[in-house]
Amino acid sequence: MPDAAAVRRSVAAVWRIESARIVAGLTRMTGDFAFAEDLAQDALAAALEQWPAEGVPRHPGAWLTAVAKRRAIDQWRRRERQDARVAVIAHDLEEEQRLAVDADPSDPDEIHDDMLRLVFIACHPVLAREARVALTLRVVGGLTSEEIARMFLQPVATVQQRIVRAKKQLAGVPFEVPPREEFDERLGGVLGVLYLVFTEGHTATAGDDWMRPELSFEAVRLARVLVGLAPREPEVHALLALMELTAARFPARLGADGEPVLLAEQDRRRWDRAAIRRGRASLARAQEIAGDRGLGPYALQAAIAEQHDLATSVEATDWARIVAAYDGLAALAPSPVIELNRAVAVSMAEGPAAGLAIVDGLAGEKRLAVTHLLPSVRGELLARLGRDEEAHAEFERAAGLARNARERAVLLAKAAATGGRRPADA
Amino acid sequence: MSKYMLIMRADDTGAANYEQIPFEQVIEAMGRYNEAMMNAGVLLAGEGLSDASEGFVVDFSGEEPLVTDGPFGETRELFNGFWIIEASTREEAAEWAKRAPLGPGAFLEVRRVNGPEDFPQDNEWIKKEEGWREEQAARAAGDD
Repeated sequence: MPDAAAVRRSVAAVWRIESARIVAGLTRMTGDFAFAEDLAQDALAAALEQWPAEGVPRHPGAWLTAVAKRRAIDQWRRRERQDARVAVIAHDLEEEQRLAVDADPSDPDEIHDDMLRLVFIACHPVLAREARVALTLRVVGGLTSEEIARMFLQPVATVQQRIVRAKKQLAGVPFEVPPREEFDERLGGVLGVLYLVFTEGHTATAGDDWMRPELSFEAVRLARVLVGLAPREPEVHALLALMELTAARFPARLGADGEPVLLAEQDRRRWDRAAIRRGRASLARAQEIAGDRGLGPYALQAAIAEQHDLATSVEATDWARIVAAYDGLAALAPSPVIELNRAVAVSMAEGPAAGLAIVDGLAGEKRLAVTHLLPSVRGELLARLGRDEEAHAEFERAAGLARNARERAVLLAKAAATGGRRPADA
Repeated sequence: MSKYMLIMRADDTGAANYEQIPFEQVIEAMGRYNEAMMNAGVLLAGEGLSDASEGFVVDFSGEEPLVTDGPFGETRELFNGFWIIEASTREEAAEWAKRAPLGPGAFLEVRRVNGPEDFPQDNEWIKKEEGWREEQAARAAGDD
């Protein structure tokens, strides 16, 4: 008998590769996303039960699909009120099952469409943001509720409830690629979900870990999937570029003891050159497709990341180009967070006083009041101007607002460096 | 997430089988396989190698390295091409490898690709090599 733990890992691997395709195909057939997802999960449970004893089948994906379809037929047969439509579908499915157990005669173009529909369903606007994230990771990414819960440091029950509720909300929502006039907006929502997953992975908003790279890498993988599904959309390429160019710096973001290392102190030799190359290629592709339409927000952010990745040091960075990209971003979608980042870039290009002038203009911004960002940037600029006492106060304020333990430690160290107590006494 | 290299090899049977299949069909099967991995977001790189007869061997058995036309060794020791994929587990890499459109006589050797974490960062040669990589990247960046 095969090693049960090894088989379980194999099931997980097959599931990651196959689940989205299975759910997409079942949804097209049944017209009911929630039902399809339940069927696929049932098939997964069956695999976990049977494969350890019987071994992994030769065509595991086909096996899972066959089991899911058989369950669909069983459920329909059991339903008392069997309308004609259901009977026809059940009959067709039975035929199909008889004819092809091992073969997988699916049309690749159809799969392509089904997958895109599935992505749009998982990120449907009727759902709250958290629900979109959970459903995308589960249905498109093939992650289990346990894996999602672990990555987001949430109880499994919370994630499960979120998914169940989301599936209920999607009842009756048609399984379709949105019409052209809605397409851009819906795609924008999808990109937003992927970027949220990515960002949560590398700037964890809560908890003790500075990074959860597996979450970020999952987002990168899903962005690559999306590029395959929507290859003519410049912002899809741009988002992938942004992720690759940002993830390229991950190897240098953690010190020997797991402490965060900020951009200025990073050993740039540890950056992933292959990822930088891939990111630059994606950005070039985005620019090429966008043509005269100009760069979108993800492309502009990717252009900023690209400048950081190309520079051999903070001093050697082309800050003027970064400022220009922030100007573009501020024009596209003005926000205090972008303005704050622009202030940092300006301070590098023109000196800390110029940056501080922008930062001081943001003092009343409500969105910045609850985060540590404003005081930590202000502290930085004040320190560079030699105004240590004021800088110290800002760093302490920032540390008090930081929700991530690692981030707090960095800010306390900066507070200590600008005078006052040492972090050990804090 | 780790990188894995899938290294393609074939013995005499495999090489003979391969000769039997129309080239169009090979291209199609490989194309589908590559597309599946691209679509899943796991494929990072891949190249096929040209016929071994175009290559040569450097033999280190003697005092001086000797360049010869071959032999290359057993047919099944020959590499014919490779893929580099990114997978979250060893099993996922195995699952992708199992899907390669290869037949009897073919082998895939799957190896994890070392990353910076596999080397001591303070070693002077490692540092030198990283410096070289950085220069290469800067040069590539200057090309456009």
